[in-house]
Amino acid sequence: MSVIRLENAPSVIGYAAVVGRREHEGPLSDDFDLHDEKEKFGMDTWEKAESEMQRLALNLALAKAKLTGKELGAIFAGDLMNQCIGSSYAAECSHRPFFGLYGACSTFAEGSVLGSLLVDRGVFSKCAVLASSHFCTAERQFRYPLEYGGQRTPTSQRTATAAGAFILSAQGAGPYVREVLPGTIVDMGITDINNMGAAMAPAAYDTLTKYFEETGKKPEDFDLILTGDLGKEGHGIICDFMKNAGYDMSGVYNDCGLMLYSAATQDMHAGGSGCGCSASVMAGHIMKRFEKGTVRDVLYIATGALMSPASLQQGRSIPGIAHLVRISAERGGE
Amino acid sequence: MKIDKETYKKYAKSRAPSSPLLKDMLFAFLVGGAICAFAEGIYNFYLYIKIEEDTVRTLVPVTIVFLASLTTGLGVFDNLAKFAGAGTLVPITGFSNAVISPALDDKSEGLVMGVGAKMFTIAGPVIVYGVISSVIYGVLYWLCGVIL
Amino acid sequence: MSLFWDIVKAFLVGGAICAVVQIFIDKTALTPARILVCLVTLGVILGAVGVYKPFIDFAGCGASTPLTGFGATLAEGVRKAVDERGLIGALTGGLTGSAGGITAAIFFGYFFALIFRSKPRD
Repeated sequence: MSVIRLENAPSVIGYAAVVGRREHEGPLSDDFDLHDEKEKFGMDTWEKAESEMQRLALNLALAKAKLTGKELGAIFAGDLMNQCIGSSYAAECSHRPFFGLYGACSTFAEGSVLGSLLVDRGVFSKCAVLASSHFCTAERQFRYPLEYGGQRTPTSQRTATAAGAFILSAQGAGPYVREVLPGTIVDMGITDINNMGAAMAPAAYDTLTKYFEETGKKPEDFDLILTGDLGKEGHGIICDFMKNAGYDMSGVYNDCGLMLYSAATQDMHAGGSGCGCSASVMAGHIMKRFEKGTVRDVLYIATGALMSPASLQQGRSIPGIAHLVRISAERGGE
Repeated sequence: MKIDKETYKKYAKSRAPSSPLLKDMLFAFLVGGAICAFAEGIYNFYLYIKIEEDTVRTLVPVTIVFLASLTTGLGVFDNLAKFAGAGTLVPITGFSNAVISPALDDKSEGLVMGVGAKMFTIAGPVIVYGVISSVIYGVLYWLCGVIL
Repeated sequence: MSLFWDIVKAFLVGGAICAVVQIFIDKTALTPARILVCLVTLGVILGAVGVYKPFIDFAGCGASTPLTGFGATLAEGVRKAVDERGLIGALTGGLTGSAGGITAAIFFGYFFALIFRSKPRD
């Protein structure tokens, strides 16, 4: 069995999302806790701004959970920058055990898998999961300088300026992390950095079908199936593939990359991407919906495109990964 | 999933929407043409104010480079280039933008290894290949002169 | 009246070169840096075989402003230098001919980089 059931189902007791200007202008603007019009969060470099954004998300989530940083058993955090500096600097003043993760856009789910497993098994009673991305730091690292005059193809995705935080606890009133399914690397040979949706969709398909096969569940058993950052292309591909495999996801399926921006009024091509995209959609929008009771059982599958600037220049294909986290309002039952 | 890499790559490529070629070409034509027409205008203006033609030949690209650097610094260039594509890339404006844009970004890494070194990450190859091909031509030209 | 036609010619020729290159941007996976390298190299070759000079005489800045013109300037500089100084001109001519454009790009680039800051794109 690849699906891991969490018998003690850790509860998400605190959550927060901090975003930039364009994310705030998008359709989910009311669900975010904080935003900065200048996207610098009072800092002088974009790298510092990203760390600050992550730190703010952690503090807001802690405040909502009525905790202080000292009560955290550990912090699981990641971002897109070289050597994960965004997260390291953000966690610096918390003085808590720290695990830096790299899972590209899947980081928030990767952290949630690890954090909830360790809380479930009683290693920690509480831990924090953090992920962030910043358009400006990601452009500098993976693409072109900010003021460079280039054109983007219709399949390209925009790295979201956003950070999300979960506080997981052994005790709490929910929602609960009931099941997790850590993803495996799936590489179908896509080399185009401007079509990450196509590079990641096979990984999401792999994880989703594995989950449905092992649990015997069907897409309609859930209120929402949410992939992280497949964008327009990946969304279309996964719908095609799932239909061919006999799973009809229409009506319950959406993608964080498509939800973060408005396709009609914002020129974001295939949608959003980056660690912060699904982190902020989950820790902002989805958690608010749990609060309101409009969703009760959600499958969150965050996908990551695990390339580096060097692997791209060497013409290597983009390895994809997809981690699954099932979050429910109830702790037990099916 | 019973699909091999080659089939998947073809499938992904076939379903991906392509760039709107005709629209892109039209914008490239209009903007690129306008930049060249502007250059021609100031060329004639410099001649009109009695600057020597040899100097004007250098002065015109210098003026265009100046304006491209300025608009890049002001944050206008990239927003125009998004529509213009080759229209701003192909004239010497593209070269100029390629020099200044990394310099602007990498100021945070200092004036030497940031601005000084990163200026050439995109534009460097242009100078390298331009110089190398000109040297090859120079040697061939010299050989032709010696032999003939 | 001849000024008007000069400008129209520059517009049409320069625009046409850009439109053709746009096809390569949209239809191939060539990165902008590769395209610029190709244009410069093409310019040197066309300048070397003597096609580019008459082209500039016809289209003026429509032919000299695109990066192919930059390549042609390199080629012309080299030819002039080899004529005057012999083989050593192959090393000195290219950059001499294109010194103005390159130095301006470096100088203004550095200067404006000190003044301005980059902003996130819309």
